[in-house]
Amino acid sequence: MYPSTFEYYRPSSVSEAIQLLSQNPDAKLLAGGHSLIPAMKLRLSSPAALIDITRIPGLSGIRDTGDRVVIGATTTYDEVMRSELIQRTLPILPETIDVIGDLQVRNLGTIGGSLAHADPAADLPAVMLALGAEFKAIGPNGERTIPVDQFFVDLFTTALQPNEILTEIAIPKPAGRTGMAYEKFANPASGYAVVGAAAVVTLGADGRVTAARVAVTGAGPYAVRRTETEQALVGQEPTTEVIKQASQRASEGMTFNSDVFASDEYRAHLTRVFVGRAIAKAAQRAQG
Amino acid sequence: MAVTKLFGASVKRREDPRLITGRGNFTDHIRLPGTLFMALKRSPHAHARIVRVDVSKARAMPGVVAVYTGQDLVDKLAPVPCAWLIPNSDLKVPSYRALAVDKVRYVGDAVAAVVAENRYVAEDALEAIDVEYEVLPAIVDQEQATQDGAPQLYDDVPNNIAFHWKLHAGDFDSAWNQAEVKLSRRLINHRLIPTAMEPRGALAHYNPGTGDLTIWCTSQNPHVHRLLLSAVTGIPETRIRVIATDVGGGFGSKIPMYSGEMLASAISRDLGRPIKWFESRRENYVATTHGRDHIQYVDLAATREGKVTGIRVKSYANLGAYLSTASPGVPTWLFGLMLCGAYAIPAVHVDVFGVVTNTTPTDAYRGAGRPEATYLLERMMDLLARELGMDPADIRRKNFVPKEQFPYTTATGLQYDSGNYEATLDRALELVNYQQLRREQEELRAQGRYLGIGFSTYVEVCGLAPSAAAGAMGFQGGLWESATVRVHPSGKVSVFTGSNPHGQGEETTFAQIVADELGISIDDVEIVHGDTEMIPFGMGTYGSRSLAVGGTAVIMATRKVKEKATKIAAHLLEVAPEDVTFENGRFFVKGAPDRAKTFQEVAGAAYLAWSMPEGVTPGLEETHFHDPINNTFPFGCHICVAEVDADTGKVSFRKYVAVDDVGNVVNPMIVDGQVHGGIAQGLAQAVYEYAAYDENGQLLTATLMDYAVPKASMLPRFDVDRTVTPTPVNPMGAKGAGETGTIASTPAVANAIIDALSPFGIDHLDIPLTPERIWRAVQERRG
Repeated sequence: MYPSTFEYYRPSSVSEAIQLLSQNPDAKLLAGGHSLIPAMKLRLSSPAALIDITRIPGLSGIRDTGDRVVIGATTTYDEVMRSELIQRTLPILPETIDVIGDLQVRNLGTIGGSLAHADPAADLPAVMLALGAEFKAIGPNGERTIPVDQFFVDLFTTALQPNEILTEIAIPKPAGRTGMAYEKFANPASGYAVVGAAAVVTLGADGRVTAARVAVTGAGPYAVRRTETEQALVGQEPTTEVIKQASQRASEGMTFNSDVFASDEYRAHLTRVFVGRAIAKAAQRAQG
Repeated sequence: MAVTKLFGASVKRREDPRLITGRGNFTDHIRLPGTLFMALKRSPHAHARIVRVDVSKARAMPGVVAVYTGQDLVDKLAPVPCAWLIPNSDLKVPSYRALAVDKVRYVGDAVAAVVAENRYVAEDALEAIDVEYEVLPAIVDQEQATQDGAPQLYDDVPNNIAFHWKLHAGDFDSAWNQAEVKLSRRLINHRLIPTAMEPRGALAHYNPGTGDLTIWCTSQNPHVHRLLLSAVTGIPETRIRVIATDVGGGFGSKIPMYSGEMLASAISRDLGRPIKWFESRRENYVATTHGRDHIQYVDLAATREGKVTGIRVKSYANLGAYLSTASPGVPTWLFGLMLCGAYAIPAVHVDVFGVVTNTTPTDAYRGAGRPEATYLLERMMDLLARELGMDPADIRRKNFVPKEQFPYTTATGLQYDSGNYEATLDRALELVNYQQLRREQEELRAQGRYLGIGFSTYVEVCGLAPSAAAGAMGFQGGLWESATVRVHPSGKVSVFTGSNPHGQGEETTFAQIVADELGISIDDVEIVHGDTEMIPFGMGTYGSRSLAVGGTAVIMATRKVKEKATKIAAHLLEVAPEDVTFENGRFFVKGAPDRAKTFQEVAGAAYLAWSMPEGVTPGLEETHFHDPINNTFPFGCHICVAEVDADTGKVSFRKYVAVDDVGNVVNPMIVDGQVHGGIAQGLAQAVYEYAAYDENGQLLTATLMDYAVPKASMLPRFDVDRTVTPTPVNPMGAKGAGETGTIASTPAVANAIIDALSPFGIDHLDIPLTPERIWRAVQERRG
């Protein structure tokens, strides 16, 4: 449980951090470290350098930009959870963060660190997919915006370039009559999601679904939207039968992980069950 | 003995303030100048021949002081000893080297030791060691390991069978032939990882000037470790001091002698510098002993009325790659002798095959043999109830040893000291509101919800004894315990105990006992343990023996002190000893309570020695070695109520009732704590914890991210109650409570879940009852 030798840098600006990243190709960004440090202690990861971005001014904090909520990448879970703005507009975030790790993890772990790490069993990727977030990244060539649907590309792999830094997560404020829910089947040892399902459901005046975003984490190599399920909901009244039919489609076309705790077949089943539960809860909340 | 002020009182644990505030004296807290750090290179292969070990790169690294291979230490360190040589079993004890010489036999087997200026350098140097292996086929499953053609771990252990132990009591064959009901099952009692909060480690300091070795280490039994260290290093016992004052849990895993402690000692002697070694959690998981791991074939014979007439067991016990210190005794004596449980079963036939495999060695783990026996019996009792359409409570009641028959001799030859089994069952049924629960179960089933109620009416054996029995069982040690009670001139008392608590709270309970005996304040009693230089040879803490055996030694030594003090007091009061009464810390003349001397005054007089009675020596200190006449047999009834989500297989717990009878209780709060912790561990075996290997012998659950030690949120509330049936075996009437919870709970939980699943036609599933296993079973039956 002792990592091998590494250099430690603490830049004071994003541009300095990007410069350090370019100069140290084997470096890793440190943004809380609750996934990276354990991996280093087990020597599963041995970066030559760590670039600690948690003290860069302006990278943390939550702000209201009118139609969106913007969260700085180094904002801790705990800060997100306690934000009155988030509790009011995006209640799925506190609900999800409540089942992430423990107090220590939530006090030090950051939202950007978790999303950029892209652990296949992390909770937030599914929630961000369901919320339709946008990620701002800064690199040597400037700034760009990555829609969440293009962000998670593989196991521990995102659309970020090696010399890019995730700086902000922008989440659109939900329309009226929107309900959201995260349902998780946690691994009893790690607490990570064996399967986690996030659903954001908007209802029209007639009680029919006008928009739905459903996403799954834990089940496969990376978090994914479940568009067949979404399509099966839109235009329908969210009855038990409709939700059941829609959630049956949640495992279609997916690749599933398999490990000593849960086989791929079981994960596929859990995906259908937990997607159904998340939709039912979100729809109920939308009905108010 | 009279129940006085402190016996039976929930005195707060005196050890807690220092432990809770981080001021404990654990091995890793000890710092000595000039200490070098040792790290061990461990095999990544489960079975391989060592072709070549190249340590040249590691040796050349700055900060590395020395690197040792197995070959380097062959003459400096004898093999790791096995100390339970079970007789009449064709036992083979293959050579177990601290550092492997020719072959590695499990993932984690040590092949080289690096000694460096600090731990970082030592860990880096491990990566620079180049070991060339010729990988051999591995065998993990103990039943398959005995088949022809299976990979062989040793040339001299044919079919990997290290022993075949038999206990044939009563006439099982005729019971079987005449049986109206026959049940046969294959049961798995899977492997567990003990997971003490503190991993193992040592700081060994050999002084070349004096020839003394002082070793701080994580030990449940420091004197036993001193004796074994002397045997393997050749350093005389008189020159070795083992210190283990604060130990962060053990659950049996800190009983054995291991390579780490041995290597630290030998290398400290070689280099003349202190050597510290401490496991990481990952090393702890691969290289500290595991527990359980039986495959059992069970035949149960019974009448149609539900009376069990005989039981036959053939068990394959997985010993792992080497025979750990006590490992042959655990799946044999500690298992086989207990196969009658709480029931009057006239015929018991047991055959146990101890099998070596390419896995981490196994040894005692909380309960050690008794959980494996209890799970088997309690599962079979439920199957019998199901077969006959009887209530699981009734089938147990029908087979209980009746309370009039104690002391009761079992078919296996144990003498159960005292018992009233029905009383615990009745109380548990009342607490759980059994009839109401069964009605609720019916109602919920009608709604498609699956509630189950599971029983475990267990008996266990505590206070392992006496020494003559240990000898007959081939255990290479006595099963007594020592105590010295030293009264200081001020009347303060130090008690030196051979027990070595590592979480059990004896610094409190033993002080309660002594304070009561001497009528003094508990604050005037100090309990000293865990240092071989300070205390007489002692056997240590394991097998729920500390109170029953060690506590009795303390009482006997204290009574000797009282006897001498009475003589001195009588002399000072100028009367005969028979005319002196001792009460509440005062010696006074019978009929004249004003003519008195306090205990403190008498202690002072014993050391001044200005005026002593004839033939009485100065000082006030006594030692007692207590060898009990028998074991003690706690018992009880646990009932678990669980609900299964048939859609996911997930289990949630509704209720857990435990009614235990551990005899008289010194400190109810500490016993409650033991019961709670024990239930958590046993429940975890039923649903959460399992050590899983792949077919190549890689441990798949090698971190706490994969091995599910339960958190409080994963456990139900425990409703704990007790009945009290004192034991006649010791003056306290106390039986022992360290393992009852672990032994009782696994079958209670498993039986509850299987009861919940009975509408699906499921009458048995092997533990661990993980969500997927349950879901699959339900899917199969639903078709």
